[in-house]
Amino acid sequence: MALKDLPVDECLLQGNAACPGCPATIGLRLALKALGKKTIMVVPACCTAVIESLYPHTSFDIPVMNIAFEAAAAGASGVEAALRQQGRTDITVVAWAGDGGTYDIGIQALSGALERRTNFIYICYNNQIYSNTGIQRSGATPYSAWTTTTVGGKDEFRKEMGEIILAHHIPYAAQTCISYPEDLISKITKAKNIHGPKYIEILAPCPPGWRFSMDKTVEMGRMAVDSGAWSLWECENDVMTFNGKSKLILEKKIPRKPVEEWIKYQGRFSHLFKPQRDEKRLKAIEDYIDSLWERYRKCYTKI
Amino acid sequence: MSIMMDTGNRIAAKAAVMAKPEVVAAYPITPQTTLVEAIAEYVARKEFKGEYICVESEHSAMSACIGASAAGSRTFTATSSHGLLLMHEMLHWAALARLPIVMCNINRVIGPGWNIWVDENDSISQRDTGWIQFYCSSNQEIFDTVIQAFKLAEHEKVVLPVMVNLNAFILSHTSMPAQIPEQQTIDDYLGKYVPHWKIDIDNPTTFGNIIGPAHYTKVRWAMQDAQQKAKTLIPKIAKDWEKISGYFHGDLLEYYKCEGAEHILLAMGAIGAESKIAIDEMRKAGQKIGLARVRVIRPFPTEEIIKLGKQADLIVIDRNISVGLEGALFNEVKAALYGQSGAKATGFIAGLGGKDVTYQDIETMCRKSMKGNAKEQEWYGLEE
Repeated sequence: MALKDLPVDECLLQGNAACPGCPATIGLRLALKALGKKTIMVVPACCTAVIESLYPHTSFDIPVMNIAFEAAAAGASGVEAALRQQGRTDITVVAWAGDGGTYDIGIQALSGALERRTNFIYICYNNQIYSNTGIQRSGATPYSAWTTTTVGGKDEFRKEMGEIILAHHIPYAAQTCISYPEDLISKITKAKNIHGPKYIEILAPCPPGWRFSMDKTVEMGRMAVDSGAWSLWECENDVMTFNGKSKLILEKKIPRKPVEEWIKYQGRFSHLFKPQRDEKRLKAIEDYIDSLWERYRKCYTKI
Repeated sequence: MSIMMDTGNRIAAKAAVMAKPEVVAAYPITPQTTLVEAIAEYVARKEFKGEYICVESEHSAMSACIGASAAGSRTFTATSSHGLLLMHEMLHWAALARLPIVMCNINRVIGPGWNIWVDENDSISQRDTGWIQFYCSSNQEIFDTVIQAFKLAEHEKVVLPVMVNLNAFILSHTSMPAQIPEQQTIDDYLGKYVPHWKIDIDNPTTFGNIIGPAHYTKVRWAMQDAQQKAKTLIPKIAKDWEKISGYFHGDLLEYYKCEGAEHILLAMGAIGAESKIAIDEMRKAGQKIGLARVRVIRPFPTEEIIKLGKQADLIVIDRNISVGLEGALFNEVKAALYGQSGAKATGFIAGLGGKDVTYQDIETMCRKSMKGNAKEQEWYGLEE
């Protein structure tokens, strides 16, 4: 779907409580345009629970059910079962959760819902931190990133949630990024029209969390994809395809840019550059991304 | 009507299925397993037409029930012990969300060490979650209470979740006869479930977003108000059900030989049932003692306890311990008696870890208390 063909109607309203430059609202606005008004959204504890605004107001023009941090996928399972009993199979059930609620505390409920073949879309907007609680490390936080709980930089690499999801062999899984609206919308539209469990992860560069200027959100997502630190792909019935620049990187038609080109603009990595360059850790970051792409080529796409 | 000779768990499952919930979400735990297995059999035989979600944990069981109930469905689940404790966060959530979920909890010991027998510390530790709590003393009462629980939970003045407790093994795995009404009788009694609120695409609202102190206080007040209203509705529902089924198990309490009693024993669950034999024996021996079996602890029957305190000295047996204080029922009975001049109560902790409590044990405790030889709170059987 071209951007000009998107519905003019907004399901995410003005006056919401998001930070300036918030990637979650960009993702929400686009996702809801693709999903339409026959959508029920289940939201665990995350920034979106704040973006909704203060009761008795709301910034959503679709029904939203908030639920506890680890419970989004299970709560959505219940909503989906109830709607099926009521014969309302025309309604799309969406769980919308952050990376903390997905990679960490909510992974059990998510895995269970996928295994049970729940007919819903689970969308993770990944800003690589617990942003709502004030920038603490999550399982999605990249190696060496500063957070308030990894003050000298995170010692561990992120987990590859996409690969964990692929092990469930669900009908549709995808990675996208708020900086690529057509890609994001086409993936959500595709997921909406597939029966069974669907998983979509959206990279969401967070200005206060990553320490960059609030007008650079979109650029920060593009740089992540250019460097291969993030990739755009979809996997439909176990057939994996890469999209956009990620396809070119996979097929080695263009080289990925150094990850350094992405992280040097983020305050959370500033300790890698001053007072002097930390060559060891910078190399480890590049090596990790190289090995990830090698795995994509060998294990998932046979390139 | 037909007679069903079966275990407490299977009779609970029968009642749940006859209430026709649209969604059941559950996770197995000993000694609740035979209850969820029975529901699976109803599903296989197509006698249960709702959705049966076999989730991956009790936390998800309650979360799925919350989602289903919020989407407008009648909802049921069952658990026990550690399963109930894993649900704890979502028990609060269900009650604050005002979702009329009905759940059976099979009272079982909390570890460590591992012990699957009865005590009531699991559900007692959930008293503050906002759930209405019943304690059953027979399989017939289990059937009738599960049906009444749906009626109460869904009542427009209540709209709160209800927990029906039954003691592990003594009830859950013991066969006893229960009279089962016709399906049509249950259908007519409960009616089709009409939710008081639901998440609805035709009326898009955001449920459970950030709330300020003033509104939040009102939410809590409304829960308390609903529990107070349940106090007057529980006796009415019990009487109405008696007219339909012929069975009455008491209202908030069940009174047994309390006329002219100078001592009244308070107990719950299976000890409550066993106590009737002890009362018979002591009455035969000329003791002026009766039993008030506590059927409901939330809402707490404060006014009824005050009345009992005016009539007689109270003896409380707890199959639980609020560590650092005393038995939970004893503590709450004393709180109810606050300011009542001359009221007296003694308490016993008995039957923890599944330790058998026979009518002779109950008699021993009562006699000690009646003779004035008991300390205010005593442990029974500690020396064994």
